Amino acid sequence: MPAGARERWVRTGGVELCVAELGDPKQPTVVLVHGYPDSKEVWSEVATRLAGRFHVVLYDVRGHGRSTAPQPLRGGFTLEKLTDDFLAVVNAVSPDRPVHLVGHDWGSVQAWEFVTVRRTEGRIASFTSMSGPSLDHFGHWIQQRIKRPTPRRVGQLLGQGAKSWYVYLLHTPVLPELAWRGPLGKHWPRILQRMEKAPADAYPTASLPTDAAHGAWLYRDNVRRRLRRPRPDAYAHAPVQLITPLGDAFLSERLYNDLERWAPQLTRRTLPARHWVPRTRPDQLAAWIEEFVIANEGGRPVIEATGRYADRFGGQLVLVTGAGSGIGRATAFAFAEAGARVIAVDRDAEGASRTAEMSRLIGAPEAWAEMVDVSDEQAMEKLAEKVATEYGVVDVLVNNAGIGLSGRFLDTTPEDWRKVLDVNLWGVIHGCRLFGRQMAERGQGGHIVNTTSAAAYQPSRALPAYSTSKAAVLMLSECLRAELAGQGIGVTAICPGFVNTNITSTARFAGVDAAEEKRRQQRSARLYGLRNYPPEKVADAILRAVVRNEAVVPVTPEARGAYLLSRFMPGALRRIARVEPRL
Amino acid sequence: MATAVTSERSAELRGFRKVQRLAYECAEAVAAQLTPGVTEREAARMQREWLRQRGVRDWFHLPFAWFGDRTAFAGFRIPLQFFPTNRRLEPGMPFILDMAPVFEGHTADIGYSGSLGINPVQNKLMADLEAHRELILREVRERRSLREIYEDVDRLMVRQGYANRHRAYPFGVIAHKVDRVRERRWSPRLFGFGTQSLKGLAADALHGHREGWSPLWSPYRFSDHPPQPGLWAVEPHLGFRGTGAKFEEILVVTDSKDPEESAFWLDDDLPHVRRWAEEK
Repeated sequence: MPAGARERWVRTGGVELCVAELGDPKQPTVVLVHGYPDSKEVWSEVATRLAGRFHVVLYDVRGHGRSTAPQPLRGGFTLEKLTDDFLAVVNAVSPDRPVHLVGHDWGSVQAWEFVTVRRTEGRIASFTSMSGPSLDHFGHWIQQRIKRPTPRRVGQLLGQGAKSWYVYLLHTPVLPELAWRGPLGKHWPRILQRMEKAPADAYPTASLPTDAAHGAWLYRDNVRRRLRRPRPDAYAHAPVQLITPLGDAFLSERLYNDLERWAPQLTRRTLPARHWVPRTRPDQLAAWIEEFVIANEGGRPVIEATGRYADRFGGQLVLVTGAGSGIGRATAFAFAEAGARVIAVDRDAEGASRTAEMSRLIGAPEAWAEMVDVSDEQAMEKLAEKVATEYGVVDVLVNNAGIGLSGRFLDTTPEDWRKVLDVNLWGVIHGCRLFGRQMAERGQGGHIVNTTSAAAYQPSRALPAYSTSKAAVLMLSECLRAELAGQGIGVTAICPGFVNTNITSTARFAGVDAAEEKRRQQRSARLYGLRNYPPEKVADAILRAVVRNEAVVPVTPEARGAYLLSRFMPGALRRIARVEPRL
Repeated sequence: MATAVTSERSAELRGFRKVQRLAYECAEAVAAQLTPGVTEREAARMQREWLRQRGVRDWFHLPFAWFGDRTAFAGFRIPLQFFPTNRRLEPGMPFILDMAPVFEGHTADIGYSGSLGINPVQNKLMADLEAHRELILREVRERRSLREIYEDVDRLMVRQGYANRHRAYPFGVIAHKVDRVRERRWSPRLFGFGTQSLKGLAADALHGHREGWSPLWSPYRFSDHPPQPGLWAVEPHLGFRGTGAKFEEILVVTDSKDPEESAFWLDDDLPHVRRWAEEK
């Protein structure tokens, strides 16, 4: 039981349910329903995060945790009886106001029943579903695919069929009970830690073997019956938020393809995580539940994020360095459009605040500007501290700030070298070091994007120092990716080619006087302008790379071509490197 | 003599001012009639009919109307995409009306940006266009090369966080010359452009080619010359993630030595200028 919870017992239909309450009962009520094999304590982390703003209610489903089991077990776990339980709990904890329902796994399966039957109408204000489809919708989904089997549909059917292996096992008599009361029950916590990366804590509780044994009847009493004859009228009568963990081993995201048909007011969210999200991603879940509940309480409406990846980045905290212009600014805008909260960092205060201001206009619920020089170690440490205390832990970090330096190696002074390495390499190191550590310590995943360049693998006589700095960042990204993979933190290196940004007009040209440098800046700016590859396309590639967790992403045709050559014909690249560009 | 020239010129400018006002009146009248579901074609026809009823017989180009992300020319690859489509207007959508009527031999070319209901992004774009209007006038008075001014406008847009969308126009022009047009009983059009006006533009181009200037104000080398006296229809066009905004109006350039007289906006009583004044 979460710390500070008040306990009460609700008697209904021959069982006694153990109900825990947190937070102020005057606030909107959020009811959390657990899954299988779980008890209400699976919600501990989420519940404590929500308790500050809401009246949070958790209860042990009949036969689980400290609630009593029906006698006999067979026939005691039908969805109808579970709905009775839910109504009894709701009438006890919130007799006058409808509640906000949240379900995970079997808790979500039941909750779908609650939210689609007539007798609960007016008692549910919203429903957040994770990893548990409605059995009726599932039944229709299967029937549709059997009746009109296109190759894709057959593939989806077989895919989900394979993921449901445990459902078949649970239908065998006695064996599951024996396994749970025996070795499986004993090893389950360790299995969860290994397979699901669940934190090692006091959960699961001691009641696990009994919970799991009783819970088998959830499947036996309902699955076959509902899948064979799904209800034709299973329409949701409350707004639904669907949170889909993309790495779920038991449920395919394809299951929800036609969900708009059943739940007209649907908000979709996706999460790069495995099945047990209440334990592995409590921060994100609490944030999404809070936002959804407040929106449906008639408070601040969910801001219409129109971006393509709004389901993934909505409400996430994104920090972009070098966000005052160019690729950084476009990236901040793209994340803002997807509904993310944006921190725009740049040494140009005006540019950064402009980025933040425009971000708010296009969908970012919040956006801030921070003036920091990424090469300044202390300033970066201060920034990391400020971000952690004021805005939270960064979900996506984009180390983008960089400067250009062109000129022969023999003309490049140590001062030039220091400058370019300080920004292009040390800036990235500081970012990864400080914010990467915060992500790792939080232990709820995240993503780091480092902007390198096609120059990282394309040698050239024009950009020795710049290429060196970018090659270092590329290798740093690869190593970091290996190191952080185990913690669910992805690392991506983005390698753009010639992109039309102002890096050309601020670039340093070593070995020439000021007038000639100015001329070359203008000339290269004009050439990049003629090439006219917009930074917005790089930003799109960055969002896509985060969603797909890609390792190295060349952007622009020339960068992709050079990347191919670097792998299959490096000799050709070396010959290209000898050409002296005329500026 | 000088006064005769001045009075002749001011009479001519009065003619241009009159048609420019007429065109903006048309834009405001049509904008007020736009409702959800109106298509770009219908909006273009409304402009055409409104102006025909008031005596317009010839065009520099026929009216255009762009709705939604077409205001930012999203995905435009060929010039045919500028022509009005069956895209329907929805609440909150930005739109741009662009028309160039010829009236009593004087040409106007205007652009009017608005939205159906409130569109905060377009509001912001429109507010930020003010700096461009000031920048262009200042640098023309300084007699900077047109290509340089173009690049300065570009830089200002980038600093503001916007994309340059006039780059999508034919030859990427931010402005082009307009002039008097002889009134003919029959004035055929080529791809929406009046042949009389095209003829004038072609004559200017030939003329300018010999003297080293161009009637098109572009980012290319042929615009690397100081502003040529005459009337320029200036149309900076900002784009920001699927929302566009522009204004278009006539800038008068003369060969006067006095900076104030050497360049000035034909008319300062236009909807976008009034709007900026109101916001202050």
